[in-house]
Amino acid sequence: MKDKGKWDIYIQPKSNWFELRLLDVWKYRDLIFMFVKRDFIAQYKQTILGPIWFLIQPLITTIVFIVVFGKIAGLSTDGQPQILFYLSGVLFWNYFSSTFLKISETFLANTNIFSKIYFPRLVVPISVVLSSMISFGIQLILFVIIFTYYLISKDFYPAINSGILLFPILVLIMAALSIGMGIIISSMTIKYRDLRYLVTFGVPLLMYATPIVYPLSSIKDPTFIFLLKLNPMTGIIETFRYSIFGIGVLDIYTLFYSAFITIILLILGIAIFNKVEKNFMDSI
Amino acid sequence: MSEIAIQVENLSKRYRLGSSGTGTIVSDVNRFVARIRGKEDPTKKIGFVNDRTKKTNEEFVWSLQDINFKIQQGDAVGIIGKNGAGKSTLLKIISRITSPTTGQVKMRGRVASLLEVGTGFHPELTGRENIFMNGSIMGMTRQEIKSKFDEIVDFSGCERYIDTPVKRYSSGMHVRLAFAVSAHLEPEILIVDEVLAVGDAEFQKKCLNKMDQVSRNDGRTVLFVSHNMTAIKTLCKKGILLKNGMLIGDGSIDDVVNLYAENEIDSLQTSISDLNNRQGNGLLRFVDIKFYDLKGKPTSHFFVGEGVEIHVSYEADDAFFMSTKTTIDIDINDSLNNRVAWLSSSIYKKNIDADKKVIVFQVEKIRLAQGDYNFNLYAANDLGIADWIMNVSRINILYNDYYGTGGKVPEKQLAMVTDFSLR
Repeated sequence: MKDKGKWDIYIQPKSNWFELRLLDVWKYRDLIFMFVKRDFIAQYKQTILGPIWFLIQPLITTIVFIVVFGKIAGLSTDGQPQILFYLSGVLFWNYFSSTFLKISETFLANTNIFSKIYFPRLVVPISVVLSSMISFGIQLILFVIIFTYYLISKDFYPAINSGILLFPILVLIMAALSIGMGIIISSMTIKYRDLRYLVTFGVPLLMYATPIVYPLSSIKDPTFIFLLKLNPMTGIIETFRYSIFGIGVLDIYTLFYSAFITIILLILGIAIFNKVEKNFMDSI
Repeated sequence: MSEIAIQVENLSKRYRLGSSGTGTIVSDVNRFVARIRGKEDPTKKIGFVNDRTKKTNEEFVWSLQDINFKIQQGDAVGIIGKNGAGKSTLLKIISRITSPTTGQVKMRGRVASLLEVGTGFHPELTGRENIFMNGSIMGMTRQEIKSKFDEIVDFSGCERYIDTPVKRYSSGMHVRLAFAVSAHLEPEILIVDEVLAVGDAEFQKKCLNKMDQVSRNDGRTVLFVSHNMTAIKTLCKKGILLKNGMLIGDGSIDDVVNLYAENEIDSLQTSISDLNNRQGNGLLRFVDIKFYDLKGKPTSHFFVGEGVEIHVSYEADDAFFMSTKTTIDIDINDSLNNRVAWLSSSIYKKNIDADKKVIVFQVEKIRLAQGDYNFNLYAANDLGIADWIMNVSRINILYNDYYGTGGKVPEKQLAMVTDFSLR
């Protein structure tokens, strides 16, 4: 063929590890939008409370935390109102765990569509990240309302500081981390289904290795602190709490570490995902 | 000469037999190490022909091997081959559901598969939302869908229910709505796999009409997979013949269908003596059924008005011939399983010859309308049924100017082609 550039579609056996085809994903942006819309609409159809469920779930989790960890176990909340302390952690943890779990099911849950029609498979995890962002947004509003209520009517003087400017970056890292880890697991579950079980019970347990129900400052053992800081979610949550409550210190290195690990996992994830998406139908 | 729409070069696809994955992490690691060192995959073997009927110890099977062809823009191309010849694998690669092991495919324009209708339909969403959902899965932009929305709704005939969740739709409405979206996709390359076709006969006919229109009027490229030679011959200009994963024919549809017919002989020669979906006391057992034209050439494709010889061979115990009335029947059924003909030795009031091992039924002029016909074999004596096998074999009847006037008969509207004259 005289003009190779004229072909619209090339099908080849192996892609480069980093052949991203982001342009392809961009072409399917309308599909991402439709997936997000579908998830949002379908989630609470035929429920009485509808989208209110977005709020009930973190609220009840927070109440349980207050009772179990606050009242019974008497864990420290670094002097902050318990509801705000727990909710701030739940907010981020919910996003991470639900997005991560859902993305890790990408291939297994969509076999039906994937076996029939082509579209860039990355569209699915991207749409999950975005649709979870909607519930994150709604829950964030709830948090802001309660926070404001405490500011006005309670004896509550948090040291809100410029760290709050990092908030968009925290969200970005959190989203990238969940998609990166999610696509790694989703690619590997095609061959090794064991991972699916590991992840389903492992993620809820991982919450205890993240300073959600306790502040990092309550840990005294330096080995423990080091281990906790290995968890990339630690930097995100500690930074968020520092910026709104003024508790602890702004540990920029831990945050850098989180960002670094996230980028590594994201790159690795995209590479594996790329590799796997082309042939997964043969081994599913 | 028009442009090339699809160009397939040295395409091969290998599948692993047995369990997927090498099963052990050790061999996965072995393969990985070999790959990063740039060596050949140690678990890979080549040069093995895909023939399902032979058992093998090989770990891999080549579903497609070294396929090369080009398709011009606007051509309707029929892809022909027996089950397992690699047709569906080829379509899967072209529609990017799986990727080839070696080789490449280059295409111009958007590819869509007509019969994968309703992919991504969500029962909780309304008809309107699902049109957008389904359309964007197939690669349409929101703008495109918006501009065609009214047309799609019109075509589907679901206007009243367009804001009702599709889970409340009848299955017929569901299919109509889904098909309406696919029909308005307007891809440059359309893939139709009749083998995978769902829906009733009417719906399938609708698909075929749409496909015909698309290739004739709109100048789009169509790839059509079917076992129905008549449909392929009417719809396609060119053909590609696959056998055991290899391309053995590429050219005009008539040549390729003929080549296919000749190749079919292989499968007709396989013995039916080890079929076990049979009834009867076994005093007589059918061994084989073969079809020949009157020149003695074995084939399973006949034109209306041609002569057909059916050779039925059998093995029988002496006990079978002890009886006074021995008979062998052939039942011919059309593709909808309606009995269209019954050939029986009992018509001639003759008993089966105990010395022979084969009985020949000669049909001087077969006047069945075009289509596929299935055969049942039946043998009995006074004591009861000796052997009875349903659907042992089939032939395909094609229409080719039976009346010698150049006039055509409409497809699927007649059961037989009868002689007549005008005065």
